[in-house]
Amino acid sequence: MGFMENAWLVPLIPAVSFVLILLFGKRMPKQGSELGILAVGSSFVLSVGAAIGWINRVNDAESAEGEHALGMVFRAMGRSVGRFSQEEGHAVLPVEPITRSITWLQSGGIKLSAGIQIDGLAVMMMFVVTLISLLVHIYSTEYMRGDRRYTHFFATLSLFTASMLLLVVSDNTLQLLVGWELVGLCSFILIGHWWEDKPNSDAAVKAFLTTRTGDIGLLCGVIMTFFVVQAGTGEGSFNIVALNDSAANAGELGVSHTLLLWTAVGLLAGIIGKSGQFPLHTWLPDAMAGPTPVSALIHAATMVVAGVYLGARVFPVFYEGFSIADGGVNPMALVGGITVIIGALLAFVQDDIKKVLAYSTVSQLGYMVLALGVGAWVAAIFHLFTHAFFKANLFLGAGSVSHSGSHHSFDMKKDMGGLRKYMPQTFWTFMIGTAALAGIPPLAGFWSKDEILVNAGENDFQVFLIVGMVGALLTAAYMTRCIYYTFFGEYRGGDHAHADGAGDELVEHHLAEVQDEHAHAPVAVATHDAHDDHAHAGPHESNWLITGPLWVLSAFSLGIGLLNAPGIEKFTEWFEPRFAFPDLPHAEFSVAWASAAVVTGLIGIGLSYAYYWRGLGPQRLSERNSLARAGKTFLVNKYYLDYLYENVIVAFIKGPLANAAYWFNQHVIDNVLNYTGRGAMTAGHVVYDYIDQKGVDGVVNGIGISTDEAGSAVREIQTGRLQFYAFMLVLALGVFALALWIAA
Amino acid sequence: MLLNQFLILSAVLFGCGIYGVLTRKHTVLVLMSVELMLAAVNINLVAFGAYNGNVAGQVFALFVLTIAAAEVGVGLAIVLLIYRNLRSADLDDVDVMKG
Repeated sequence: MGFMENAWLVPLIPAVSFVLILLFGKRMPKQGSELGILAVGSSFVLSVGAAIGWINRVNDAESAEGEHALGMVFRAMGRSVGRFSQEEGHAVLPVEPITRSITWLQSGGIKLSAGIQIDGLAVMMMFVVTLISLLVHIYSTEYMRGDRRYTHFFATLSLFTASMLLLVVSDNTLQLLVGWELVGLCSFILIGHWWEDKPNSDAAVKAFLTTRTGDIGLLCGVIMTFFVVQAGTGEGSFNIVALNDSAANAGELGVSHTLLLWTAVGLLAGIIGKSGQFPLHTWLPDAMAGPTPVSALIHAATMVVAGVYLGARVFPVFYEGFSIADGGVNPMALVGGITVIIGALLAFVQDDIKKVLAYSTVSQLGYMVLALGVGAWVAAIFHLFTHAFFKANLFLGAGSVSHSGSHHSFDMKKDMGGLRKYMPQTFWTFMIGTAALAGIPPLAGFWSKDEILVNAGENDFQVFLIVGMVGALLTAAYMTRCIYYTFFGEYRGGDHAHADGAGDELVEHHLAEVQDEHAHAPVAVATHDAHDDHAHAGPHESNWLITGPLWVLSAFSLGIGLLNAPGIEKFTEWFEPRFAFPDLPHAEFSVAWASAAVVTGLIGIGLSYAYYWRGLGPQRLSERNSLARAGKTFLVNKYYLDYLYENVIVAFIKGPLANAAYWFNQHVIDNVLNYTGRGAMTAGHVVYDYIDQKGVDGVVNGIGISTDEAGSAVREIQTGRLQFYAFMLVLALGVFALALWIAA
Repeated sequence: MLLNQFLILSAVLFGCGIYGVLTRKHTVLVLMSVELMLAAVNINLVAFGAYNGNVAGQVFALFVLTIAAAEVGVGLAIVLLIYRNLRSADLDDVDVMKG
């Protein structure tokens, strides 16, 4: 139990480690990485402790006397707040979250608190964040070896881990917002880790500003949560339990639906920005400019799911605000559904393996938001859980390929191919991750994706069921394409061309690739090349610091899905909130839908296999058919969204809007001013001749002359000697004191 | 409660401070005299605080101490700059404000 009450330590330890690495990291034998690993390792142990504590708490509640537990809750809250539905013959008992908080600041009767709220969702996220962060730390000691900002990299990783954990354990929306902005900051720093190259710092700025766009909505939403609680309980606060309670019982408590709707819209804007949802997803692929471990940790497994986490954390707000229970189309499901499809389609035209995975992440995040939007809370969070493992696995696999197989390039078409023979461990772990992502049973992704689909169907969201199916087909197909380019066929890397003697072109190409893809600082390149000398014989397997984390993640990708397999369903039991939460239906596992999903996935794989391995189907269609070419151009240009943002919206503000303002300024305001001016001039002449020259000037000149003479007299006092001034000051003070004394 | 004695002490101290500020020519000694004046103020604060049984007086004395420390920091920095620019720390040489 102690682990849960003291869970505030979990974010605190990496925060301390951040400071220590900054202060002492460079002098440590391993340049600070050992501090980071130690801190995150401790947090991981504490998180596991908290998770076990929570599971015991749930189990205790299950086995305890039902009525006793119910009575306690009723007495505590004065009314029913938990879920007491009859499911499969037994009551789902409420399990209260464990909360502890301190007053952060108090002003004008409003108390803002800082605290922790430990429940199923929090312990699950703590486990995922600390575990993946730990693996990424270990991986980075090898991947980032010799980097010029190695120590800073680990310091920022620590800060990121601390911020993410702060966000996760937060018991109020304001503190959550603080963590949210901190992870955004860390993302910015880490994307721009190799900032010497313009594209990298551009990507960092883009990521920061794009998510900030969504954060405007989030800020409004967070402020509105205060008023939701005020409407529900009479006293405003940012407390999440109170918020969920107010939202879940909106009808009884008289919380206005309009207020909930706008709160939900505001928060959804934040989710769209942070979790890379359409139309603000464009920053996520660019964020791949950062080091690969960062992509795995921040832009696949943890930070980008902060949006989904927020959606799950205050789910009752969305549930009531968007009337999810009624079925049909709501903004949340719509955004998720669009994102699933557009993300998956974009993954087909990428040559950069990390960008394929980035668009895949966009698409999978779309699944999660879609699941929340159709009221499948457990499915969304379960997918978040499984996705974190297999996508981190895939990203770290891609990093391993570039580190040891393709000379720090991520270009699948130019520098990879045939790596299956050279890097068997990376290949197999990557295959496991791919199979999990494509939804092959019994791997992790199959269970979670299937749960989303079947719940969408069950809750009357048939449209999104179809969207999800199409998404599954596309996912399987683009991952097969990615595998083909990376691991099969002939090796197309630099060393072959060396042997061919195509020297000049190749050196250029290699340089460009270093700048373009990895963008090391020149010093870092030198050190990297130095340590890579042994590798120039050709592509080879990475060492255990890289393959170790890959295998751990693969093991999770393989088995973790069984946690919520039919008949086990521990994930639902342990992690679904049972307090201040709407009573959600749970769709039964359906063999028919599961088989349909698997068959869809297999068709995707089969189509890709036929196209790439066997050369069947319309090869090079886009070179012959103008329609297909147009489609491909459309995709390659990312739906022209970046064009829209940069050249239309920004240019509109810079161009026409500014021009219009200028025109208005020149023609309207200036004319008004001109005519006013001319009128004033005429009037001025009259005034000048008669009043000014004759009347005023006399007075002014008189004042001027007397001032001048007085000034000359007083000037003598301005000796420039400070102590004389001070003396005058004291003298004046004395006179004042004397006057006061006499007056009294 | 002895209040007058403290006030007299404080007044004498303040007077010494003002005297120092007005007559001393060396910048550092002027700064030290300012400190003397601040000390007089502190004595007043503490004395009145004790007299009224109110802890706020002591709290403010602490504030004054803190701010005095900061002030000396800034003051010495200015003295240093004056010395660097004029090659002298004599106040009579600082007469750029002469009218």
